[in-house]
Amino acid sequence: MRVVIAEDLALLRDGLVRMLTAYGFEVVAAVDDGAGLAEMLVATRPEVAVIDVRLPPTGTDEGIRAAIAARRAVPGLPVVILSQYVEQVYARELLSDRTGGIGYLLKDRVGEVRDFVEAVRRVAGGGTVMDPEVVAQLLDGGRLTHLADLTPREREVLAVMAEGRSNAAIAARLVITEKAVSKHINNIFTKLDLPPSDDDHRRVLAVLTYLGG
Amino acid sequence: MKQTVRRVGREQRELLVGLRLAVECLALFGAALVTLVLTGGFALPPYVALVRRIRQVTDRQRLRTGDVAGGPVPTPYRPPLPAGLADRTRVLRTDPATWRDLGWLSGQMLLGLVFGLLGPALWLAGVLGVLAPVVRAVLPPETVFQLNGIVIDGQPAAWAAVPIGVGYLLLAYLAPRYLVRAEARFARWLLAPTTAARLSARVEQLTETRAEAVDASAAELRRIERDLHDGAQARLVALSMNLGMAEDLLDRDPVAARAMLADARAGAHSAMSELRDLVRGIHPPLLADRGLPGAVQALALASPVPVDLDVRLTRRLAAPVESAAYFVTAEALTNAVRHSGAERITIEVRDDGTRLRLRVRDDGRGGADPQRGTGLRGIERRLAAFDGTVRVSSPPGGPTEIDVELPCGS
Repeated sequence: MRVVIAEDLALLRDGLVRMLTAYGFEVVAAVDDGAGLAEMLVATRPEVAVIDVRLPPTGTDEGIRAAIAARRAVPGLPVVILSQYVEQVYARELLSDRTGGIGYLLKDRVGEVRDFVEAVRRVAGGGTVMDPEVVAQLLDGGRLTHLADLTPREREVLAVMAEGRSNAAIAARLVITEKAVSKHINNIFTKLDLPPSDDDHRRVLAVLTYLGG
Repeated sequence: MKQTVRRVGREQRELLVGLRLAVECLALFGAALVTLVLTGGFALPPYVALVRRIRQVTDRQRLRTGDVAGGPVPTPYRPPLPAGLADRTRVLRTDPATWRDLGWLSGQMLLGLVFGLLGPALWLAGVLGVLAPVVRAVLPPETVFQLNGIVIDGQPAAWAAVPIGVGYLLLAYLAPRYLVRAEARFARWLLAPTTAARLSARVEQLTETRAEAVDASAAELRRIERDLHDGAQARLVALSMNLGMAEDLLDRDPVAARAMLADARAGAHSAMSELRDLVRGIHPPLLADRGLPGAVQALALASPVPVDLDVRLTRRLAAPVESAAYFVTAEALTNAVRHSGAERITIEVRDDGTRLRLRVRDDGRGGADPQRGTGLRGIERRLAAFDGTVRVSSPPGGPTEIDVELPCGS
């Protein structure tokens, strides 16, 4: 699988290259700069790109901007954004085109190698993967009164669902049956007034845009 | 026309107020002279009482001058009079404002009197001149009257007085605004603080806010040090201990070693999330990336109470100003969420080139007391270092409005 990496810290960039190569990815480019990144992504059309939010030259949100620009040119171009911190503002911007193929993860997650590689693969396949922290922030805000109606178990299911997991994966993670998972999900959808949906990434989008907006 | 009449009326009224002030000045100036002469200096209580009265009058004039000549005249007095008689006398004697007040009293006494009488007198002279032929015809022939030194003893002289009357009317119409302005300018000259007084007040204020800023930043550094020491540093110690034990166990007990490694990774994760929280508290990453609009948007998103945003700011501000504005907004928002019971909060950000205006308004129960809440006090302290100001309006029953102004000259 062809991947482009953009990360300005050499230590982390080399680590990512080594890790993804070890898991069978083909790293077509590993850059340390945000200038021209969007154009490069459009030109090389990788199957997935792993991009750090903060990149030179501005050292601010270069990575997000490049990802959004590239996805405007190539809708659905799979991008995993890595960051030292997660911000709802960025999550919303990344999700706003609703084409899927988006990951937004804390850099910490790189340490959980297998989960991380699996997340990159899911994004490459058009899935949406949000860091659990994004969901935690949304839940902490407690903006929506009906969030208070969710049981603790339903909140857990919602959090894992936002990571883009299938029902089977949620069941495995929470050590419950798949049947119980779909029951919880139906309850969540009812309580949040969301139309039920089978498509994994659409459900993430639905939940997040609803909670974030 | 109506406006003109109203303006003329207003000017006449101002002149009359000046006249009344002149009478007060006369009384006060006289009293001041008497007490000064009688006490050979002014160490006695009557003079202190008199000063209080003088300051009331001059303060009134300061307000009035502000109405006429744009912008209020600031008060020049040094901080409140001390309690002891000797101290009080010393402060009064050395404060230049005391002497300048007396100067104004004597000047206003004359100006107010002359201008106050001149205003109505010009109108009277004008009317008399214009109506001279009529007056001449009505009055018995042996009664003689004058205008401008011309003795009007017959109709020819009376007709000659008409243009003079017109001239007076014109003068009566045009002159008062200059008289009022002159009075105001005179008051501003003597009643506004001298440059030296202004500078010394400024130095005092700067000394105070600088001390507060230094204290605040020292406290902040202490907090960061403590957080690092108890948090990330401690976790790294535990982490390296776990790794060491895992290394030791690797051959003998791979299962236990694996558990240690998992622990180590969990520890690294906690250390990272603690560092992240710490960084957020020092300088929110979003503020660095996107400036105030982005950071305020994030605040609004995270707020449990719905927030309406109206941010009109297109440029990046200096980092310290940006940071102060952000933390002040965050604090005001937190207060509103925590104490007001509001259902809706509005945040406005405006940039007029030299000042940044922030307004946080909620529809809650009001009654916020800036004297009690440490939050508002914190806002004031943070702003003071930048010459910013905060105004709180929170009547019982709401709404509460926090208005912040922050200089942000480019």
